[in-house]
This record gives sequence, C-alpha cells and structure tokens, in this order.
Amino acid sequence: MRIFIKSFLIYFLFVSFQAHAVLDIKITQGIEEPIPIAITMFGWSQPSKVAPIDIAEIITNDLARSGRFNVMDAEDLPQNPTQFDAISFNDWRKLGMENIVIGNLVLTDSGNYDVSFRLVDIYRKKQIAGFRIPVKTGLLRRVAHQVSDIIFEKLTGIEGAFNTRVAYITVKKNKTKKIHTLHIADADGYNAKILLKSPEPLLSPSWSYDGKKIAYVSFEGKNSSVFIQDISTGARVRVSEFEGINSSPSWSPDGSHLAVTLSKDGNTEIYVINLITKSLKRITNHDGIDTEPTWSPDGQKLAFTSNRSGSPQIYEITINKGKPKRLSFEGTYNARARYSPSGNSITLVHSSGNSYHIAILDLNNGYINILTDGPLDESPSFAPNGSMVIYATTGRRGGQLAAISVDGRIKQRLGLHQGDVREPAWGPFLK
Amino acid sequence: MSIRILFVIGLAFLLLGCSKDQIKEEEPVEVTDLNANSTASDEDSAQTYGAEDDSGSTFSQLDDPQSPLSVRIIYFEYDSTQISSDYRSAIEAHSLYLQQNPNTYITLEGHADERGSREYNLALGEGRAKAVKQQMLLLGATSNQIRLVSYGEERPANDGHDDMSWQQNRRVEILY
Repeated sequence: MRIFIKSFLIYFLFVSFQAHAVLDIKITQGIEEPIPIAITMFGWSQPSKVAPIDIAEIITNDLARSGRFNVMDAEDLPQNPTQFDAISFNDWRKLGMENIVIGNLVLTDSGNYDVSFRLVDIYRKKQIAGFRIPVKTGLLRRVAHQVSDIIFEKLTGIEGAFNTRVAYITVKKNKTKKIHTLHIADADGYNAKILLKSPEPLLSPSWSYDGKKIAYVSFEGKNSSVFIQDISTGARVRVSEFEGINSSPSWSPDGSHLAVTLSKDGNTEIYVINLITKSLKRITNHDGIDTEPTWSPDGQKLAFTSNRSGSPQIYEITINKGKPKRLSFEGTYNARARYSPSGNSITLVHSSGNSYHIAILDLNNGYINILTDGPLDESPSFAPNGSMVIYATTGRRGGQLAAISVDGRIKQRLGLHQGDVREPAWGPFLK
Repeated sequence: MSIRILFVIGLAFLLLGCSKDQIKEEEPVEVTDLNANSTASDEDSAQTYGAEDDSGSTFSQLDDPQSPLSVRIIYFEYDSTQISSDYRSAIEAHSLYLQQNPNTYITLEGHADERGSREYNLALGEGRAKAVKQQMLLLGATSNQIRLVSYGEERPANDGHDDMSWQQNRRVEILY
C-alpha cells in the first residue's frame, strides 16, 4: 500500500500546463435571427505598450460562438469610441446595428487593472448595462468572460455561462498503449490544464458543485477506483477501492456525499459515501444492473440507469425512503441521466434501434425529445445555465465533443487537433 | 522501493520529458502494487506458476490448439450476458483444469462494445465475466481461483465502429 501511495506522487510530477486553446470550438448552426451586436476595441491607458489582452476579441468570440448573436467583424466597425459621448449613433444606425459595447482597460497605480464597459442600445441611445471591475493580471481573461456573461443575459434573458470550465478526457494511441488524460479547460477551450495522465482507462469526471474538486474513475491499479482530486493543488484521495466495480461518482449539491456504483455485494448497486464520516449507505437492491447515479439539484433524489425491466431505463429514488420509480418509457435504451439545473428535465442517451442519440426527458410530462442525430452520441451534461448540453460523439476522426442548445437550434463542435476526446462534463459557474 | 529511488525515477521522467519513457517507467511501479494487494497475478507470472508447479503435461495442455482449453475468448450478443451453448465444452475444460490445478488462478476480463453509455457498459462487462465465473464454479472451479475485472468499452479488441468490430468487442477473456 505504501508503494501505491508513492506511485501516485510520481503521477503528480506529470501535471503540466498549456497556455493555448487545446479545444477548437466552432459554431455549426446558430439561431435564425441572431441579435446584431458590435464590440468595439477597448481603450487602453498605456498606448506606448501593448495591451495585455484583447478584451473585445474574447467577448466577440464568446458571443459569436453562442449562436445567438451576429457579431460585426472588427474591420467593419465604423468607429472605436471609448466614451458614451463619442458614439456616432447615426453611423451605427445606418449599418442596422442595434447594440454596441464600448470599454476601457486601465493599468492602475498598484499594477492591477480596471476593466470598464458599457452596453449601449443604439436606437434608444441608452445604456443597457455598465460596469467597472478591478482585476488582477492573471484574471483578465476570466473578467472578459464575465463581461460576456452580463451582455448575454441582458440581451437574451438567459444567464451567461462563458465564465465556466469543462472537464474532458483525451486518448492518444502510441504503438502499444493508449494514453488517457484528464483535462480541464475554460469553456472557450483556453487555459487547458492536465489533471492526470495514465496508461489505464479514465472515465466519468464529475465536478463538485463548488467547482473546486473533480471525482473520476481510474483503472490505474488494474481495477476501477474512484478518486477525488483537488483542482488547484492536484492532491487527491482514493475514496472507493472495493473488490469489483467502483465507478460513476456523482456529488451531492452540498458536497458532503458522493453517489457511486459498486459491485462488491454481488452485482452493480448504487451506494452513497458520506465524505465526512466515510460511511457507506446502500441505495438500490436488485439482481439487474443498477448504475450511473446522478444527484437531483434539490439533493433529495438520485436518478440512475437500471435494466430491471429487461432493457436499460432511467429510474429515480428518494434517498432516504421509497422504491425506485421508472421515469423513461419511450425507446429501447435510456441511460446515463443528468438533471438540468432546474431539476425539471433530464438529459440522457437514448436509442430506439441501432443509433444512439442525446435526448431530453421532460419530467413534467414524461416526453422524450431527441436532440442529436447520432449514431454514437454519449455522455451528455447540461451547461450550468441549463441552455446547452455538451456531449461526446463518434465520427470519422474518432471521438469529438459537441454541444447543442436544449431547443436544438444551436450546434457547436469542440475539436481536438489529434486524438480522441470524450467524457465532457460542464463545470459550475465560477465564483 | 525507497522514497529516494522513486524520487529519482520521478526526476528522471521530468528531465526526459518523453511520454513513451514515462509510460514504460510507470508500469513496474503499478505491477509491484498489484502483486502486493491482490491474490491474483498477471498473465506472465501465472504462466510461470504452471510450468514450475507441475509436470510439463499441464503446460502443453494449455498450449495445445486442439484442446478446448485453447478457447480463451467468449463472445456475447448485444446487451446480453447469456453464454452461447457453443462455449459449453471450453468452459467445462477450463473448469476441470482449475479443479485439477488448485494453485492456478485466472482472471476473467469482461468487455462491451462502444454503443451506449460507458458506465452501463462497465456493468455489462462485469455481468458477462460473472456469468462465465458462475458456470465455472458449477463445473468444478473454486471461487478464489477466479478474479473478475470489467473494462466495459474501454479496452476494445478492435477499434472499428462497425458490426464486425462490435462483435469482437463483446467478450470475456480468460487470462491465465
């Protein structure tokens, strides 16, 4: 056992960081009448030096990638005003522009920065939103995403999710081995960081609700174990290493419990680990497969996959009492449920034949709405604002990630330059 | 192994910065651990047992391509853990072999094809391995001779995305 612990230390020596965008995110379908907007170049207080970051470019990319905006190209901008009074409203109106964003980046005496911006309605000649945000150097990109979030919410009525992160697993083949790597990256594909590299399979990354930890399944001991890793320090603990399967971690909203799948008592059943007392509570008891637990946002229920009816279907159980209730009835295969942030619906993998699709099950009426074309789509999870679902898809180039809006109108591809990418999990809002 | 040696190995990885070397070096650490923690052993050491332990006859029996013992992979239908009757004689032969060689241990490695969800497939792979174990126990093997592990869809025999690949991936491997 001591040797085992030391081998983990060796793994940590491989933790490394990359500064460029690893994931290449492209919008493949947007809404039919996107909102026109122009993001003008931000003013910069030290014209003799290069600005540390192009905030307008980050906002432009965020909004364009969302599929809900028609963002004017930088070279078509008629002017780059940095003050409200300098906006020539007539010039913008002639171009049919409805909204513009102007802003300034100021280096303060303390060596930090002030980011200020105004979102302006051209036709009403009125400011819709305006903020000044003091910020440290390392957080400038994040603040740019926060500005995108504010603009997005003001104009669409939907909470923005640009200031968030995504976890995913890549697999690269060399001659004899497959290298499995767990990454996290900003939602725009930048700031990718490696959390773990292993010659053995990795799967099922799951974010804690505070966004500080990730639980996952690793086969590094030649059997599955569940680990919890602290994102900022890289320190981790093995929370489940029973005989048989240890898998499918899902956090309780308050972070005190982890639901898992274990087969130590015969076949796969759902258990809940109390992370404070380390006690284990069995939730299901059936001869069939019970797996893939996922915690409801109110913390009261677990949805899970069971083949007790003969084929995989989604069931829900109240944690402290009661029998499982079947939720999915349409189709021959419904698995890998994840609740929406509101708890009103579930995204899942659905099949009625040979093709596997991402679908949404409406918990109010029981209807299943199929979102994707397949043929091999899997691992869906909601963005924390509930507006998009990210998932994995298998195409000609192997595994890729994609995202689709819950109404099916917006589609994105998240590609890697090489290798397979799979098992995406959208993290919570960054505080 | 002392902390110092491990530290030096770790440092060497850092200096080399070569992923191929990293992987080669990591594995001995893991194998050491596996043997320390588990009653089962990996393929290589288990075969050494057979050769040292007994006369040459057991060794040749396992290697004889005419013997039903040469069947080391059992294939399954989609989303099923049912064993086809075609494998009856092979499973009988392995069970008998285990009964006659009580110091021999095997691992039954369960696998699934890539369709559907990964975690469900992990459970499905275990169900398949468990079904094979159950038959072997009925036919003379004892429980502690058989270790189960499921890799679900994570270790395909064939990386393709078609019916033929999927057929080859829905399997239990019998590893001595």
